[in-house]
Amino acid sequence: MNFEFSEEQNLLREQTRGFLKDFCSPKVVRASLEANGPFNQELWRKVAEMGWTSTVIPEEYDGLGLSYLELSVIADELGRAMAPLPFSSSVYLATEAILAQGSKAQKEAWLPRLASGELIATFAMAENHGQVSPKNLTTTVTNDKIHGTKTPVPDGDYADLAIVVTQSSKGDGASWYLVDLTQSEIQRAQVRTLDPSRSHAQIDFNGASAELIGTDGGGWAATQNLLNRAAVLFAWEQVGGSDAALEMAKEYALGRYAFGRPIASYQAIKHKLADMYVRNTLARSNCYYGAWALNTNASELPIAAATARVSAIQAYYFASKENIQTHGGMGFTWEFDCQFHYRRSKILAVNVGSERQWQDKLITAIEQTSAA
Amino acid sequence: MDFNDSKEEATFRNEAREWLVANAPTAADLNGLDDMGQAKLWQKRKADAGWACIRWPKEYGGRGANAMEQVILSQEEAKVKAPNTGFFSIGQGMAAPTMMTWATEDQKKQYLPKLASGENVWCQLFSEPAGGSDLAALRTRGVRDGDEWVVNGQKIWTSGAQYSDFGILVLRTDPNVAKHQGLSYFFLDMKSPGVEIKPIKQISGASGFNEVYFTDVRIPDAQRLGEVGQGWQVALTTLMNERASIGGGGGGAGFEQIMKLAQQLNIDDKPAIEDKQVRANLANWYVRQAGLKYTGYRSMTALSRGEIPGPENSIGKLVGAPLTQDLASFAIDLMDQAGILWSPESAELENIFQSAYMSIPGLRIAGGTDEIMANIIAERVLGLPQDVRVDKGIPFSEVPTGN
Repeated sequence: MNFEFSEEQNLLREQTRGFLKDFCSPKVVRASLEANGPFNQELWRKVAEMGWTSTVIPEEYDGLGLSYLELSVIADELGRAMAPLPFSSSVYLATEAILAQGSKAQKEAWLPRLASGELIATFAMAENHGQVSPKNLTTTVTNDKIHGTKTPVPDGDYADLAIVVTQSSKGDGASWYLVDLTQSEIQRAQVRTLDPSRSHAQIDFNGASAELIGTDGGGWAATQNLLNRAAVLFAWEQVGGSDAALEMAKEYALGRYAFGRPIASYQAIKHKLADMYVRNTLARSNCYYGAWALNTNASELPIAAATARVSAIQAYYFASKENIQTHGGMGFTWEFDCQFHYRRSKILAVNVGSERQWQDKLITAIEQTSAA
Repeated sequence: MDFNDSKEEATFRNEAREWLVANAPTAADLNGLDDMGQAKLWQKRKADAGWACIRWPKEYGGRGANAMEQVILSQEEAKVKAPNTGFFSIGQGMAAPTMMTWATEDQKKQYLPKLASGENVWCQLFSEPAGGSDLAALRTRGVRDGDEWVVNGQKIWTSGAQYSDFGILVLRTDPNVAKHQGLSYFFLDMKSPGVEIKPIKQISGASGFNEVYFTDVRIPDAQRLGEVGQGWQVALTTLMNERASIGGGGGGAGFEQIMKLAQQLNIDDKPAIEDKQVRANLANWYVRQAGLKYTGYRSMTALSRGEIPGPENSIGKLVGAPLTQDLASFAIDLMDQAGILWSPESAELENIFQSAYMSIPGLRIAGGTDEIMANIIAERVLGLPQDVRVDKGIPFSEVPTGN
């Protein structure tokens, strides 16, 4: 039984945490929030220099060729720091999409620049409110020209490249297209969201050029697989944030006195924090399983990903709202940092599909496994 | 990360499996024996071959094995059809570690091998009507009389007292000092004159617990563990081992069973499993059950590396028991109007959820209530302050008492 990170991976964690403590303090998060994004470019450059954007990209495409366990460690720490970066869009989604479906030429064209962080990419799926399905996709491609509107697209206001989920040419499924977002036809505007420290955009494609990635009609299966992989890494960010929210609540409760003693000595607060600890622990252990499945490309990945995702969504929501509650009135002020977790937890909870959707996927995956 | 055994672990697993498969009792071996008889036969067989209480030193009936080997043995034993040896768990899991730490060498040699082999069954006499979550408020008196102590009072919630040979107990030996300072710790022969055992009928109808009354029961001073007045400290050795040994199990009512049930029953003429609310509930239980399982794997990894597991494992009972309760309650709802039927003769899925529903309330209380477990996590894991205690530093005899 070896269900733990290695010594080297723990060293990477220390180094990552130390780096983010120095360069991604809550002040940095606040600056992005108050400036309404788009993101912290200086921090992005430093993160890319550290090689984080190239973690799992193979060496032949100028990556580090490390495993998903290393990427999990980085995700955990980025989540803890609530880094105002397009990391999830560019690394967990776009890079993974190209690694999974790109032709050799597409990989050669894009991966080295994604590895270096010189290029930022995203994955465009949502078309306004409601769950996307192959039946309701309205973005289409004719003669390699893309039409339609995607919103909200994470980091879509400044990403250089997008993998866009479109209706397939026969209209019976989905396809993926690579779209250079710097083309003049494209109109994009930042949209207001619950968490301005992670900006999102509406993108109108207006007949810009698009290049098929993967197979026409194979986009829906590719999307499900991509979301399973990304869900594990999102879950790591969520448990990182959950632990940080718990620590924040704990520090405050120890220092805040009411009726002559620290509020941390009242059972109402103690049990609340114990409850956070329990939820965080369950979610974190599920993330270990998710990381194992992702790293070994195990057939259990759909179950492991949904399990990590559902418990991490629940843990972060709980920790972020009860952190505000523990802080009392001050937790509700703009001045305090409690809002960061509350905002970020919701963004992360819906970015790759909502809790309800993943609960359903989990049971579907279990049904399929037991039927097989 | 992987789930593989190390080379040594694999060797041990093979050895254990071979022995278990070759030696698990056959139906003929067990013919005519009651549950206790079957448990004793199997335990003795394991002890004779060095497969009982394997973490204990050899001279006390064990094998000197490490914690990971214990985990492996339990996994392999669960795979063979063998009698349930739960009768011995309090003695082996709680009394023995306390004896190991606090008894004299002669006592260890005298009592531990018989505990390992199942020849002697032990029980734990701690809780009292006035000492539950606040265990140190117990009132059963021990008064010294030469080389003996005279005991009067009442214990409660004593599992297995009716078939136990020995018991461990905590007594108030000085009511005029502060609560925790006036306690002393003993073990006694349950057949001693003046010990009276009365079963307690539970809401489930079963009687796993007892009240135990003491009327002028005499215990030799040589059976005191620790100094006079040191009883609380000795009790902590026992309690630390108790929490590790009570799980959150619900007699087989878990995710797998409710999933099966939801596939069998209909809602609005379609399988219940197709109902979105059913799916969401099932998913929530699955992720909590999985979270416990993988938390266990993390602890096992620490054991496998020769480290002490972190505090993660303290959450088992606190998560498992309420989870099973909610799951059982929902399963009964799924059965709709007939969900109230509860007959031991019914098919498994028409019976286990009702049984769990009626037995889980006890699990949420036994060995530390949910609230006490949350306090433990808050104080020992998160480092939050203890509650303010109005009984601190004053003589026990002056502490306010209610009903």
